[in-house]
Amino acid sequence: MADIKKHDTPTVDELKSGPWPSFVDDIYSYAEKHQKQSCFDLMGQLELSYKHKETHWKHGGIVGVFGYGGGVIGRYSDQQEKFPAIWAFHTIRVNQPASKWYHTSLLRKLCEMWDHRGSGLFNFHGSTGDAVLLGTVTEQLEPVFFDLTHQFNMDLGGSGSNLRTPSCCVGKARCEWSCLDTQAICYDLTMTYQDELHRPAFPYKFKFKISGCPNDCVAAIARADCSIIGTWIDDIQIDQEAVRAYVGGELKPNAGAHSDRDWGPFDIQKEVIDLCPTQCMYWDEKEKKLYINNKECNRCMHCINVMPEALRPGKETGATILMGAKAPILEGAQLSTVIVPFMRMEPPYDTLKELIDKVWDFWMENGKNRERVGEIMQRVGLNRFITDILGLKPIPQHVREPRSNPYVFWKEEEVPGGWERDLAEFRKRHPA
Amino acid sequence: MADKIYEEIQNTQLDEIYSKPYDPELAEKLFNPQKPMENRITDIGPPHYAQFFPPEIKKNYGKWKSHEIVQPGVIKYTSETGDVVYAVRVGTPRLITSDYIREVCDIADKYCGGYVRWTTRNNIEFHVTDEEKLRALLDDLKSRKHPGGSYKFPVGGTGASVTNIVHTQGWIHCHTPAIDASGVVKSVMDELFEYFGSHKLPAQVRVALACCLNMCGAVHCSDIAILGIHRKPPLIEDDRLQYVCEIPLVVAACPLGAIKPATVEINGEKKKTVRVNKERCMFCGNCYTMCPAMPLADHEGDGIAILVGGKISNRISPPKFSKLVIPYLPNEPPRWPTVVKTVKKILETYAQHARKYERLGEWAERIGWEKFFELCEIPFTDKSIDDYRLAYDTYRTSLHFKFTSHVEPM
Repeated sequence: MADIKKHDTPTVDELKSGPWPSFVDDIYSYAEKHQKQSCFDLMGQLELSYKHKETHWKHGGIVGVFGYGGGVIGRYSDQQEKFPAIWAFHTIRVNQPASKWYHTSLLRKLCEMWDHRGSGLFNFHGSTGDAVLLGTVTEQLEPVFFDLTHQFNMDLGGSGSNLRTPSCCVGKARCEWSCLDTQAICYDLTMTYQDELHRPAFPYKFKFKISGCPNDCVAAIARADCSIIGTWIDDIQIDQEAVRAYVGGELKPNAGAHSDRDWGPFDIQKEVIDLCPTQCMYWDEKEKKLYINNKECNRCMHCINVMPEALRPGKETGATILMGAKAPILEGAQLSTVIVPFMRMEPPYDTLKELIDKVWDFWMENGKNRERVGEIMQRVGLNRFITDILGLKPIPQHVREPRSNPYVFWKEEEVPGGWERDLAEFRKRHPA
Repeated sequence: MADKIYEEIQNTQLDEIYSKPYDPELAEKLFNPQKPMENRITDIGPPHYAQFFPPEIKKNYGKWKSHEIVQPGVIKYTSETGDVVYAVRVGTPRLITSDYIREVCDIADKYCGGYVRWTTRNNIEFHVTDEEKLRALLDDLKSRKHPGGSYKFPVGGTGASVTNIVHTQGWIHCHTPAIDASGVVKSVMDELFEYFGSHKLPAQVRVALACCLNMCGAVHCSDIAILGIHRKPPLIEDDRLQYVCEIPLVVAACPLGAIKPATVEINGEKKKTVRVNKERCMFCGNCYTMCPAMPLADHEGDGIAILVGGKISNRISPPKFSKLVIPYLPNEPPRWPTVVKTVKKILETYAQHARKYERLGEWAERIGWEKFFELCEIPFTDKSIDDYRLAYDTYRTSLHFKFTSHVEPM
């Protein structure tokens, strides 16, 4: 083993104390045990950044594996003489199993592989959801890819202007509220669109995220170009016995989420009925019975969250499809916009895929470089996006409120007689 | 159809490939740089999820009936079949080593039949089916510490708590950051630690950090967002720019049209480059993303903005964006004391004043943002008045406001 060079990192070392798990201690323990120069160099460079208050990673660098246009992000240090072991320190995104369940046999083997071929450092997980292998040299990229595909049955995730790795919440695997088979949808979309995921052909990134209910635990509505969020179209299921148990104080409201503070006895009127955004609930104190006017419910889930033993989403479930969420770059942050209020979600999800195809066809044809779907929706107008591009009927659910300006782009065919007019005829009626 | 998915899940077995030992030499045998397509497997996608479901999760798929948080960090799930599963949630720093993962595996092998799950917010969940194992697991987790004394696996992050901070890479591994990520997160979570492992708050508080405006962490809908910002326009490397950047793409990349193509003479040689209208620059950094010859990072310019009041869930009120309440705080490694103090002050002011179930943004809207600034003792500046797209939506166009200390009668 070559001589290991350690660096003094007094500033970074200050992050070893305190109760929250210290990444510095973890990395140093690992570096010492495995005598990993790259980890010592990484801490050395971080110390320099803490001193200079600037990053020491160079801009980009295009690397990858043969036949793929994404999944690997090049990273080079600008301090190559000081920290030669991290002069190239590339990222590899590995497509995670849907909702991030693992077996230790996979994880232990993955650790062994990454000790051997990389830094031994991971981001578990990247923001989009990939299991991220953090730091290796260019020569190791193909071997890592061959290891993943031959010894793990795993594949790379997305990066660049392609489909990014889809992700989903825990869904029906461990949640009674899930209105969708989130993993099944996530897995199906990932497998269907492998080409789009690995070979960039889009104007910019495109993300799918699937949440089982309007609580939206994967933040689909804030992050995904196509947000698939579970919902129901029938009535909330009520167990009146359990409602009475909450009212009687036998069950803890909100599943015990407020247990460390005395908020007083549970008051169904104050904590549920009055907080319902549509005021569609009624508690009959005499009858000891809860009534819900489901036709008026907007499925915000507050009552269900507060009384999980008593209330559950309905049985006729599906998804609301929304599109266009993104972080601020460039035109400002956007939340996804409702496109299809209710879609039944059964394999092979053809209705959804037909919709996706329409969006992609239009966006790939008309999108500007680095223009997200949410931005092109704004550029062409939501009304044209819905009607002309997706062929859907505009409905009030598409907007929060109708427009307040009268500047309607009428089409010629909508106006009797069209737009071609005879000026002479006009002037006959109205001399100039 | 649901039955078909249930059946598929039951029939999916753990891939035997994972029990075969890792062969460190196989890739070199298979990969032939002269014939790169030889032995290449592509487009296989991720492993099937269901093989990693523990037996009790598999069996009760779609049959869960209800849940209860029996103590902070421990959720008891009950199935229609009568089965019970306890999920124990622990925080992690996200940036972890293989030895840390091996320790996770040791725990999962000992208590959970080898199964383990990560959450969207970088927590780990261990699952057990009986209370005895649960107690043993909790004791075990509590006993594991790093040499410096920090917990390796703090239990918490459920209910009305501050759960793990989703964050980006910062100075550890990114080329565009204004700030570090892991260090700020560690510093803030150290200070808010008691709120991670307890249910004292009016509702859950989601804290998120992004180290630049690209917001890989999608912090824009968080109760409290910590955001790295630049404040100096890009430098322009005239002698290098034409070789490393596509000038039309750089010009088009500026959302404010502040970049123009230009030609300069260097040592008698004409070079194509760009010029930036500095008055128009809003420091978004998109030009640097497109062009390495336009770096923005600067030790004096960079710092942290605080945005608050965003949410994702549709509960009671619709999802909303976080609002910029502090335009700049200094970048103070290694412990970022000003940011830590500020975040704690906002959190505790909210905790003191908000009603049960009320998210931070809902509280601020109910009392009025003018009141929020006053209670949190945050000076209001012109920087919190929007002047980008759709700014008008945020102007006050009614007489519905409160007379806070901000108002000086004229």
